[in-house]
Formats: sequence, C-alpha cells, structure tokens
Amino acid sequence: MLHEIPVDRYGAVGRRMAGAVEACVHCGFCLAACPTYRVLGEEMDSPRGRIFLMKEVLEGHLQPQEAAPFVDRCLGCFGCVTACPSGVAYGELLTPYREYASAKVRRPWPDRLLRWLAMETLPHPARLRAALGLARLVRPAAPYLPARLRAMVSLVPDRLSRPRRPASTVAAAGARRARVAVLVGCVQRVLHPEIHEATVRVLARNGVEVVVPDQQGCCGALALHVGEGVRARRLARRNLLAFPEDVDAVITDAAGCGSAMKEYGLLFSGQPEEEQARKLAARVQDVSEFLNGLGIETPPPLPAPTRAVYQDACHLLHAQGVRDAPRRLLGAVGNLEVVEPAEAELCCGSAGTYSLEHPDVAAELGRRKVRGLLDTDPDVVVTGNVGCMVQIRAHLRAAGRPVPVLHTVQVLDLAYRGQGLPRLA
Amino acid sequence: MDRARVLQGLRTLYPESRILTRPAELAAYESDALTAFRARPLAVVLPETREEVVATVRWCHRHGIPFVARGSGTSLSGGSLPVPEGIVIALNRLNRILRLDPEERIAVVEPGVVNLDVSRAAAPFGLYYAPDPSSQPVCTIGGNVAFNSGGAHCLKYGMTSNHVLALEVVLADGEVVRFGGESLEGVGPDLVGLFVGSEGLFGIALEVTLRLVPKPEAYRTVLAAYRSLEAAGDAVAQVVASGLLPGAVEIMDRLSIEAAEAAVHAGYPEDAAALLIVELEGEEPEVEAELAELLEVVRASGAYEVRLARDEADRQRIWKGRKGAFSAVGRLSPDYLVQDGVVPRTQLGTALAEIERLSRRYGLRVANVFHAGDGNLHPLILYDGRQPGQLQRAEELAGEILRLCIRLGGSITGEHGVGMEKRQYLAEMFSEPDLEVMRRLRRAMDPGEIANRGKMFPVPQKLEAAAAS
Repeated sequence: MLHEIPVDRYGAVGRRMAGAVEACVHCGFCLAACPTYRVLGEEMDSPRGRIFLMKEVLEGHLQPQEAAPFVDRCLGCFGCVTACPSGVAYGELLTPYREYASAKVRRPWPDRLLRWLAMETLPHPARLRAALGLARLVRPAAPYLPARLRAMVSLVPDRLSRPRRPASTVAAAGARRARVAVLVGCVQRVLHPEIHEATVRVLARNGVEVVVPDQQGCCGALALHVGEGVRARRLARRNLLAFPEDVDAVITDAAGCGSAMKEYGLLFSGQPEEEQARKLAARVQDVSEFLNGLGIETPPPLPAPTRAVYQDACHLLHAQGVRDAPRRLLGAVGNLEVVEPAEAELCCGSAGTYSLEHPDVAAELGRRKVRGLLDTDPDVVVTGNVGCMVQIRAHLRAAGRPVPVLHTVQVLDLAYRGQGLPRLA
Repeated sequence: MDRARVLQGLRTLYPESRILTRPAELAAYESDALTAFRARPLAVVLPETREEVVATVRWCHRHGIPFVARGSGTSLSGGSLPVPEGIVIALNRLNRILRLDPEERIAVVEPGVVNLDVSRAAAPFGLYYAPDPSSQPVCTIGGNVAFNSGGAHCLKYGMTSNHVLALEVVLADGEVVRFGGESLEGVGPDLVGLFVGSEGLFGIALEVTLRLVPKPEAYRTVLAAYRSLEAAGDAVAQVVASGLLPGAVEIMDRLSIEAAEAAVHAGYPEDAAALLIVELEGEEPEVEAELAELLEVVRASGAYEVRLARDEADRQRIWKGRKGAFSAVGRLSPDYLVQDGVVPRTQLGTALAEIERLSRRYGLRVANVFHAGDGNLHPLILYDGRQPGQLQRAEELAGEILRLCIRLGGSITGEHGVGMEKRQYLAEMFSEPDLEVMRRLRRAMDPGEIANRGKMFPVPQKLEAAAAS
C-alpha cells in the first residue's frame, strides 16, 4: 500500500513499520483469519483495517486517540500473518506502534488502573500469589463485580501449589546430547510450576543438560503486547544478562514468552543492547520445536486408549510458525489419538492480559473455542501455552465439561513415567 | 441533505452502535481491494436483518441518498468504493445459511455469507458450491452475485450466474421482488441472469438460492513447466482441442511463480518461464483415462518438466499458491494494477507475446497469472507509486492491454467487473446505443441512480477531469 509515513520521525523502528504497510496490498485475505473480525464483522476490527488506521496515524492524518479502540482490540494472535499471501510482518508494525501510541492516548482511569495492576502483579511471582489468594476470597462475590473484575476472578484456579522452581542444573540422563537454559518466567511458575518440571524432566530424559538461570525473570511479553516498551525492556534486560551464551538453545515452554523473546531484536531496535538481544533471540526455541529437532526417545504407550484434541497456541502457530513439531511429538505417544478441532487457527481469547481488558470479545472467543474442542469428544485438551490453558479451562468449566487441559510436555512426561493422562471423573 | 440530517435519519433506523461515523471507523471503509481509489462515506450502517436493509434502501430512495452495498471489500475493480455523499450498507452480519437441502441440492443464504462457508456447510453431504474466486475464504456471496464472479474452476462449471437459481432483492426504489425459482428451469425472462453481474446498480440481494453440485470423486492436478509464456498459452488451446474438459486450466509466469513460491512453498518449478496447471476431476476411471491423454498432449506441447500433485495436501498447496498469487506479488513490488481482460483461447499466445512487448516498451514489469482455459488474462502491472509518473505509465499500459483484448475479439473484464477502474473503457467495447440501453435498464430499476452511483458507466470526460483535480 502506498503511504506517506515520514519514516525518519519514528526512529529505528520507522523503516520497519513502514515496510509492513508497504507489503500490505489490502486484499482482505486476513479477514477470515482475524478473531475480532469474525466476532464483530467490522472493517476497523480487521487486520487490514488496523494496518490502514495505523498508517493514517503515522502519516498524521488521524489522531492516535481515534484509532486506539481498534488497535487495542487486536489480540496480537498473528493469525493474519499466517493467512497473508503478501508477507506483511504485522508484528513489526503493531508492537512498535503500540509503544509509540501509548504515550499519546489518554485512557479512562479504570483502564489505566487495571493495566497498572496487571503489570505490577503478573510479572512478579510473589505479588501474583498474594493477589490470587485475595481473589479467591472475593470469588463468592463475583456475580456482583463489574464485568472485567468478574472475568479476572473467573480465571483464578481452585488450588495453588506451593511455590517451587526446578533446580539450577539438571544433568542429562545418559550421554549428553545438548545443553540448554530454560525460562521459568513469572505467571506459569505460580500457576503451573509442574509444566516447567515436566519440561526439565523430558529434556533430561532425552540427553539434555538443563540449566535454570537464577537471575532470570519475566520475559516482558505482557508489557510488550500492550505497548509498554520501557517496562518490557527493563524486564528483558535482566534476561539478557541472566541467560548464558554457552548453551545450544534457550528453551521456553510458554508460547507467549517464546514469541516475545524471539522479538527481543525488534524490542531493542536502535538501543545499545540490540546486538546482544538479537543473539539471545536467535537461540530461543519452544520446547516442542527443540525436542522435535533433536529427536526423542519413543515413550511407552499410554496404559489406556486416550483421545487428545490439540489446540494450537497462537503464539506458537502464528507468531513462531511452529505447527508440526508438537503434533509429531504427540504422534510418538502410543495409545494416544490426536484429533484437530474446527477453527483450530482461531485464538481462544486469552492473549496475555487481553481477556482482562476486553472480557466481551475474549469470552465470545472462549465459548467458541471450547465448542469446537468439545465437538471432538476429547478425553484431554493439549496445548502449548499457559494463558490458553487458563482460558480454556475456565470456559470448559463454564460449559459444564471440565476436561483436563495439559501442556504438550506434560503428556510426554506422563508417558515416559508410564502413567495415564488425567481424565474427567 | 447535509450530513447531520442524514445521521439523524439513520438514527431512526439503527441503534447508535450500528452506525459508524467516527473518523477511524470511516477511514477503514475508504477502499476495497483496489486502493488506488479512496472515498470516505457519510456513514456506514451495519444491518442485522433483511428488514433493516429494506428500510435503509427505502429511506435512501425517499431522500435521494446514494448507497453502496459492501461485503468483505475484496473487489479488484473498486466495485464497493464508497460514495462521498452517500452511505455504505455493510452486509457482513447478514451471514446466515438459511436452508441447506441436500436432496434438492440447494443452499439458501444471506448476502454476507462467505463463499467458502457454503462449501463447508455442504461438505457433510458430499456437495459443494462450485464457483471459486481466489478470494473465496473471505469474499461474500452478495459480492459474487453483483460481479458474477468467476474462479479457476469456472472453465468446467461456469460462473456465478450458472449457480444462482433464485434471488430475493430489494430494488433501489425500495420494492422487494423475487427472481427465479428453485428449479433449474424457469418461465419468462431470465431476471436472475439480469441481476447477476449488475454490479450493484439495481439494488441489493437479500437472499440468494444457490445450486450445489456433488464433490468430484477424484482429482488429478498436473503441473507443466515451459520455457516461454507463449508456448504455455498455445498449449491451452491444444488441451481443449484434444476434447478434454478439465476442471481448471491456469497459467502462472515467472514473476508470479516467484511470488507465490515465496508465500506458500508449493514446489513450483522456479526456473520456468511459465507454469501450466491443469486439474482433471470426476470419477476415478474417467480421470485416470483422461490423465494419460492429457500427459501426452502436454508433453507434445513442449513442456520440459511435468509433475503431478502427490497427495491432497500437495494439491491444496498448489492451489493456495495460485489463489494467493495476486496478493503475493505485493512481495515483489510496492504497487501494482491487476487487469482482467479476456481473449479467445486461440489468441492466448498472441496476446501474451504482445503483453510482453508492451511491458518492455513501457519499462514496467508485468506478472501474468490467469484462468487460461477461459482466455481470462490477469496481467499485473508492477510499478512504484513513489516514482513520479509511474502510476500514469502503468495506467496507460493497462489501457493498451484492454484495447488489445477488445481488438482480439475479447472483453475488458472476465470476472472482476467494470467498477470504478474500467468505466472509461466500457465505451470502447460498446457503442453509444448499447450503453443507452444499459442506462435505460438501470433507470427502470433505479430512477434516482442511487445504487452504487458512479460505477460501471463511463463518466463524461469533462466530469472526469473535474473529479481528478
């Protein structure tokens, strides 16, 4: 698309934002892939519409405030990137644009408060635990809360395990085939530490030495996705220092984190740390991508025939382009039938803090997703991202069929240990 | 009527949430898939029922406000470009499949239903909706009807007009009428045929009865690589002359192969000057027999490499690349014009050689990807809009190609419609008395010329110049 964006005015990212606009030919092939367009059916809530609006703002023809509701409503699922024939790097426009616009847009105070709360809590495990404890106390009053708080409370898990994190170094079982560092981030460490543990065990089992750097922290994804660039860089800087260079890969087992870390180069564009960030980003791999590349030892078959429906996490499928790896890994497990849901490529509505900020769209997508999953009559749902797991679990509960939801590595881990997958009682 | 009064009127028909008036909302509707044209409407309304559409059209008729009906905005001729003094009626929320009758093999749908969703709904019954424009995952049936859309497989099955059995329509003067019926054979004049392809100038389709056909039992998809575009073009006539009727016969040239390959990695032969894609479909034994014959014809036509789709996934990739090729050309050039001319099949080689010559003369790259079996050319003229004068040169080149099509006995549009883009060329194809007949027909249904005003008919040169300045 032709544009008049004064590229130099936007610093190091100006060229990249303009590049995405140039690549867009406005053909509309992205519309069908866009969750908000599918729900709302309005052009400005489509990828093509948003690209046009961001272009208008960057050209100076539209106030950022005017474009804000529509750009904010983007889930950042990158379904459009997979669908786009002309190769628009939507993320290279959206992420820097959100950071640029965040300073120019005035939001109502409840929005700001909510976002501030989310940003000050989620990336910090101790605060998140405290907040979840508090939220559980409030839960009985949920029906009387405003929609967004109600949405928040509905996602709170019933039980919280004791805080724990994997040991700093875990030796490879047998001959060492590789050495990796694992991100244990923030939210997942509190909600589902067992996923990290499964990751470490499965890696070690396959001859991988695992280090879990002590100084690491939140990858910055949540901040990055809402345009809080300064905060995202502050968090990411810690990881630039924490992760060693002498590893074969930096492993993430949450798709959202993996996608954010792969974007570190863009995040530090034009900053002194750019080179270092690029190097770290190049080493990041999702655990399924890494294991599939390495080749795994075939696990023993499950004790009973089990049907799993695999749900692609958007940040794995669309943002990282990882489609076949988790399917191949699950395919290696005997007695496990893996089926595909309808609308597999459509976001479940979790999308970082999205489900807290836009509960209506998120809930509609959640219901739709769960309908598709349940239609396959599964024993378990398998996916690759903690956010999706929380959202899908909440909507399965609401639909009255709380089928267990597992991460891909948990399935492998249980299979290696000769155990069956949990089932609905 | 001024803007405030228009909005006041619309508020009597719609709740506030379904009238879009903010700058950002209107900006998003400025263009369809042809961004060379932009216009901001007074408002966009989002009806959810047919009654709302009818009420809106009646209101527009009463007050003389022009309207443009819009689906997914995928027109390549500017067919759904808004009118600055009018409103856009966005039909995306009228997207229900009202009835699907596998016995009668029909689907009754609202205009906002997406083309591919009809086939998805029909799939459990072994049926599908045959017309397959490349934008079929997004484009809507309403738009397909308005522009009589074609697609790769229309060689065998015909265009949209061959698959619409009945229509319920609100004419531009607010009258609601039904054309056609559920049976394949009707009585009286073919009013469905008149409405299909009328580019939104008569009114808005509210309900469309579509014909469904059984899904072929087997497909064989053949890719043949050629050293020259002309040779591939000539091969098409030979395939058809041999008596075969493939489901689709498509050609992609070097530039479009490069672009599509980058987009989907379909395994096209990247060193070929032209690629011929021929798809046979039907019952297993029939297709096998035809395949042997086809391979013989193709080899004799000078193809240096021939390969078959290995499996369904491979076939899907081949088609995904072909159908995404227009957009994929966005990878090669910041801007391009898509053309849509038709020539008789036997003139394909001549036309392609002439286009190559024109491309050299104008110093602009032209990518070709088209429905060769129908003689429906799609030259994509690549240019850089930031270079002064390039757009104008590209437009001149496009004009020469259209005139070439007319000269060879063809047409200025195969399936994209005249829209905004080719309205000046309509007068080169039709005489003034022909055009007058068309205008009289239009005014019979739309006396105020409020439905998709400004499209299709040539604008007097004076007005055109005034609009440009």
